This record gives sequence, C-alpha cells and structure tokens, in this order.
Amino acid sequence: MKYFHLIWAALFRRKSRTFLTLVSIIAAFVLFGLLDSVRQAFDAGDSVAGAGRLIVNSRMSMQQPLPESLGARIAAVPGVSAVASANWFGGIYQDARNQVISFAVSPSYLDLYPELSLPADQRATWDKTRTGAVVGAALAKKYGWKIGDKIPLQSTIWLSRSSGSNTWTFDIVGIFHARDPHDVGREQMLMFHWKYFDENSAFGSGTVHWYVVKVADPARADAVAKAIDAVSANSDHETKAQTEQAFQASFIKQLVNIGLIVSAIMGAVFFTLLLLTGNTMMQAVRERTSELAVLKTIGFSSRSVLAMVLTEGVLMLLLGGVIGLALVSFIVPLIGAASGGMVPVHAVSGSTWSAGVLLMVLIGVVVGLPPAWRAMRLNIVDALSGR
Amino acid sequence: MKKILINLGLLVLVVLALVAWTALPWFGVVALAVALASWMVLTRSGRQAGSVTAVGIGTLRQRLGSSSVIVIGIAGVVGVLVALLAMGQGFQATLQSGGRDDTAIVLRGGSVSEAQSVLTRDDIDAIEQAPGIARGSDGKPQASAELVVTASLHKKGSDDDANAQLRGVDDAAWALRPKLKIVAGRAFKPGLNELVVGQGARREFAGLDVGDEVKLGQQDWKVVGVFASGDAYDSELWADRQEVAAAYRRGNSAESVLVKLTGAAAFEPFKAALAVDPKLKVEADTTREFFARQSETLASTIHVVGITVGLIMAIGAVFGALNCMFAAVASRAREIATLRAIGFRGVPVVVSVMLETMLLALAGGLLGALLVWLVFDGYTASTLNGFSDVMFQFKVGAALIWMGLKWALAIGFVGGLFPAVRAARLPVTTALREL
Repeated sequence: MKYFHLIWAALFRRKSRTFLTLVSIIAAFVLFGLLDSVRQAFDAGDSVAGAGRLIVNSRMSMQQPLPESLGARIAAVPGVSAVASANWFGGIYQDARNQVISFAVSPSYLDLYPELSLPADQRATWDKTRTGAVVGAALAKKYGWKIGDKIPLQSTIWLSRSSGSNTWTFDIVGIFHARDPHDVGREQMLMFHWKYFDENSAFGSGTVHWYVVKVADPARADAVAKAIDAVSANSDHETKAQTEQAFQASFIKQLVNIGLIVSAIMGAVFFTLLLLTGNTMMQAVRERTSELAVLKTIGFSSRSVLAMVLTEGVLMLLLGGVIGLALVSFIVPLIGAASGGMVPVHAVSGSTWSAGVLLMVLIGVVVGLPPAWRAMRLNIVDALSGR
Repeated sequence: MKKILINLGLLVLVVLALVAWTALPWFGVVALAVALASWMVLTRSGRQAGSVTAVGIGTLRQRLGSSSVIVIGIAGVVGVLVALLAMGQGFQATLQSGGRDDTAIVLRGGSVSEAQSVLTRDDIDAIEQAPGIARGSDGKPQASAELVVTASLHKKGSDDDANAQLRGVDDAAWALRPKLKIVAGRAFKPGLNELVVGQGARREFAGLDVGDEVKLGQQDWKVVGVFASGDAYDSELWADRQEVAAAYRRGNSAESVLVKLTGAAAFEPFKAALAVDPKLKVEADTTREFFARQSETLASTIHVVGITVGLIMAIGAVFGALNCMFAAVASRAREIATLRAIGFRGVPVVVSVMLETMLLALAGGLLGALLVWLVFDGYTASTLNGFSDVMFQFKVGAALIWMGLKWALAIGFVGGLFPAVRAARLPVTTALREL
C-alpha cells in the first residue's frame, strides 16, 4: 500500500493514453451493467412476494376457459387456504394501441395479493358497485383517470350485452398502489367484478380463465398443485397448477433466451477489451523499461516490481469499471421509468456489482500478468544499456 | 487556446461527417472512393499521400498487436450489431412473407390478433357472399374460416411445455396459401382427427413425426403429414376446423376468415361492402398489412436494442482505435518529421494516417460480418408471438453487411482523424530532436 502513489503516478504517466483506455473500459462495463440488469429483471420473477401462490389454468391452453364451479372444489382441497379467479378481458382504451391490462376477478382476488394496497373505504365502495373497477396508480396517471370517472373500454374479446358492442363502461371507484414503490409494473392493471362480466357478456358465461390459489404452507406447494390437478383429472376441463414463479418463468423463457444473447454479446465485448487493455499495458511497460531497471537498481525486489505492474493493471480496470457501473446506476432507473414498468429494472443489484468487480479484477490480472512477468525478469544491465 | 479551437472545429467536423455518412447511399460511397483514388493517382500531393501510406502499411507488421486491436475491436462491434439486426429482420421477414395483396383476412372489429376475434356462423356466411372474392373451379367462393387455439406441447430436449398454435382450417385453406407445400405424408382428411404439422413445429416439439399420435384438447390426433411454407405457418399445427372446434368446444364459431380476392384492386370494394353491412361488425385487411402489423412491436424493439448496444460498443472501439493510432503516430514521429523536413506537406500525412486506420477498420468490419454470416445466417430461433411459439431464421443480408461496413468505416474515420491531425501538426524540430 505504501507504493500506491508510485503505481498511481505510473498509471497516469501518459494521461491521454490512460484516458482513452479508461473510456473503452467504461463503455464495456456500461454495457455489462445494462445487459446484466435487464437479464436479472427478466430472470427474477417475483421471488418473495409470489411465494405460496399457485396459478391454475386449463391444461389445454392458457386461453381455454374453466367452469366457475371448479373454484369451490379447489377450495376444498387440503392445504388450500384461499381461491380467487380471473378472466382475460383484453381491454383497449380509445385506440387499439392503448392496451389496458384488465381482468374480471372474483371478490376475494385482491386479498390474495397483499403487495397491492387499496384504501379500505374504496374497497368497500368497490364491493358495493356492480360496474365498479379499481385501477393501478400508474395506469390512472397515464390516462388521467380519477375516482368517480365513468370510462368506456373496448374489449378485444368480449361483446357487452348492455351496449350491444364491444364497449364496456366502468365506474372507477378505487386506485390501488404497489407497496413496493419499485413494483410499478403491478400498477398497470385494471380489475372489475366477475359478476358484472358474467352477466353482461354475450357469450362464454359461467367460466373463468384461471384460478389463483393460496396454499397454507408454501413448502408443500408442489404437493397441493398435484392434488388440485387430481380434482379435474379425466374430466373435459383438466387443469394445470403451477407456482406463480414457474408460470411467469415459462412465459419469459419462451419469449427469448435473454441469458444466451447477453452472454454472447458480453463475450465479444470482453474479448475485445482484453486485447485492447492488454496492448496498452504492454506498451506502457515497454516504454518504462529503463525506469523499472532503475527501481530494481535502488533495491526493489523483482517480486515487488511484479506486484506493482500487476496492481497497475487491476487499478486501471477497477477505475474504469467502477465509473462505468456508477454511470449505469444513473441510467437504469431512467430506463425503468421510460418503459413504464415494462422493463422492471430500478437499480443495479448487488450481484451485478460483485460480478462486475470480479470481472474487473480478473481482466486486470490477465492483462497485467504478461508485462508484469516481463518486468520481473528484467535484467538491470541489459535494460539500462537499452538492449 | 488555438489548440482548443482546432480540436473543437475537428469535433464539429466529425459530427457533420457522421451525419452525412449515415445518409449516404451506396453510389455516394462509390463516388467518394473514386474521387479519392483519382486524387491519389493524378495529383502530386495525392501521389505523396500514396507513398506515405505505403510506408505506414509496410510497417504494420511491427505493430501487429495494436493493429489487431483495431481490427478485432471493430469486428466485435460489427458482429454484434449485424447479429442483433439480423435477428430482428429475420423475425419480421418470417411473419411478413406470408402476406399478399390479393388475400384478405377478416376479423371482428377492434381485434388486433386472431386470438382476440370471434365470428359466428352467420358472420362467416355473410362474409363469403361479399363481392370481390375469387371462385374456385367448383364455383364456391375461395374462403376459409379459421380457428386458432393454443395447444400445450412438450419442447424437444427439455421438460418444459410450450404453446403451439393449432389452426383449424376449411378446404380452401390450401389454395389460399400457394407457398405452402406438403413435404412429407399427406394432407389431413376432413372429419377425422388428423393433423399436419409445420416443419418448424416438428423441429421444435417432441412427438410430431408422421405416424405419431398426440393428445390435444382431450382427443388423440394422428400426425399424417408435414408442410413447409417459409413463414409463420411453419410453427403451426393444422387440422380440420370442425374437429378443432369440437375438441376445444368452440361450436360453430371461427376467429377469422381468409379470402382470396379476384385481384389486389378488389380489396377496397370488398372492405367497403363489409363495412356497410349493418349486421356485420368486422374489419378486413390485406394479409400483407395484417402480418406487417403483427411483427411491428417486437421487430422495432430488437432494432432499438441492437442500435443501442452497437453504439455503446462503437464508442469503446473508437477510443481503442484512437489509442492505437496515437501510439502508432508517436512511434513514427521522427519518420513523419523527416518527411515534413524534406518537403512533404501536411495533407498527405493526414490522409495516409487516416487511410491506414480506415483500411484496418474495413478489415475488421469484413471479419465481423463474415463471422456473423457464417454462424448466424439461417440460424433458427423461436420466440413468443402473442401466446404461441413462432420459429424464425436469422437473415444476414447484403443490406445489413453493408450497414455494418459503413459503421466500421465511420469508427475508423473518427479513430484516425485526431491522430492524423496530431501527426501533421507535430513541430518538425522537436519531433526530429526526440529520441
């Protein structure tokens, strides 16, 4: 540590070269931070909050309806503590591009999602209002909806009996928030009563698309899932119960293999970075041959020269990498906000930081080792005479 | 002060040049290259630039390490950029290539995709009677009411289930898609639980070879054939519509009606006739428009991601190139000063350094594009479109490679310009005295 100023001075011996190399390193780690944050966001699937919930849908396909009466039979399965149901509504507001994530849900649906908070008085009004709907705060803000508004939504799937078209009218009676302020993706939803949906829908009555089941003991979730599937086995509406995480993971895995793309890009980036910084380090040490020889002459051991050059490489990578990742911590919340919760990133996670620092040290050692080795083996007489 | 102003001027020049460069079509680039070549052959300073460049390139072997940094750095940028864009374009091409101007698809009004639409038996009858529909040899209108349901199937080589589209079609469906051919087995027989599967679906999912039996929607289906069409249908399973409707309890309804028109011009009257029918609440689109809209969002997302990643990598590569060329210029400082002392002007020196950088950049661009073309052209991937898997192929076309090369040259230009100017402005006396 006492040689730190020496190493620092060596690093900035040629300011412009070090600056140019640092920018390249920063660019590489900005990319690493961004891609790794996005990958984690899609990998995660709500870890803690979703624990203990099962999603039960038709074994045939996600859109195939299930009878509403199945809910009571699922509730009777041992280990199940609560059941709620939901239907796709496929809402759009004013223009086909403005898709609104909207479900028709059973009365107890919100009770199964403690991570969403709806004020008790609004909840009471909603329970009493047949055409009432509750919307997430982010969604309400997007379209300027307020409590008391009457809004028309077109359904891309269902015809409304009362209007004779696909336009449904809802009264906004409540606005819910996500308890975790980062979880704005959950505030993009609209929910209304299944009863209103069922009575007013021109066809497909008495059915739901999926059940949400709360299990009493999350550790027994798999066994309960099997028991639920057994209820409808060999009927014409067999079900498939899986944990909420598995349900979301299967969706994202099909969307795109993000992990593979990210590692392919990062492989190309770091390979280039290795060459680039390696070349710079080699140059830097070659230029300083005589200086290193002087250091050895005045009594620095070969080993400490090795350590100094090696440290220089690691220091350079750490400097650029930490600046890069710090930049990402500024950019990432902007992306999360700009995508309106579609890309659920809000901060650079601890694991990205630790993986990043590990990479910095690793690359630093790899690029520092050849010149450091050269410096250690340096013969004083040859080096000083410029041979 | 003067130095800062010069650098600022150079920066503005770079920005302007990059803007012009992105807008430049291929013949503009050719014209530029011809102009440069004739200048180098015809004028005195051009010939000087040529000889200085030759010296620079001749000494490349002594600077193998730093030259390869430029080449490989730029190869990386071009490779990643072209690969990402090839993915987006491949996806778009797969979804769009099924589209035609003389085929129309009718969905219920307001529906964005087939899965969201419902048409009743009466709707279907009314649509088939609309004007402008071509008639087959049997005199019937060439229209196919279709029903798409998602079916859960096992993916090959994993324990996961994924969703495939099972499409129920009428007899006319084959005539409506002239590109679609049966490549193995035979077509399904109406009224039987028989399936034909797309070649993409057969590759992706387990148990879809001819002769296999699969269970879909509580019924057993026999796979009797495989078809190929080169578009999104390749990812689907086809069966008789009545059978699919029965298995999935859809009654007489369908989701869409595909019709063959008498010509592209017949579309507007056809659409208008449907719009004025008071009993119908449907919308018609040509399949070309419909398929283009389906792929829009994902394709543009991939495009934005590709350009962003490419830009960040390009910034890194520019600074890498700057670094290497500054070092190259520094190591040749005495040589360049000697040239200046014996009467070479500044312009040939600038041009030679820039030419050298851009040649290295071009080599890098070609290397990156070649690698991506070898590895990714025709590479098959799958993603979700709506609720179901769709298979598509990466397409590394000439336009993309051209774009990659333009990026490479732009990086070379920026990376070479500043070192070149430094070389030309080096005071001759100090450079000569330097050891």
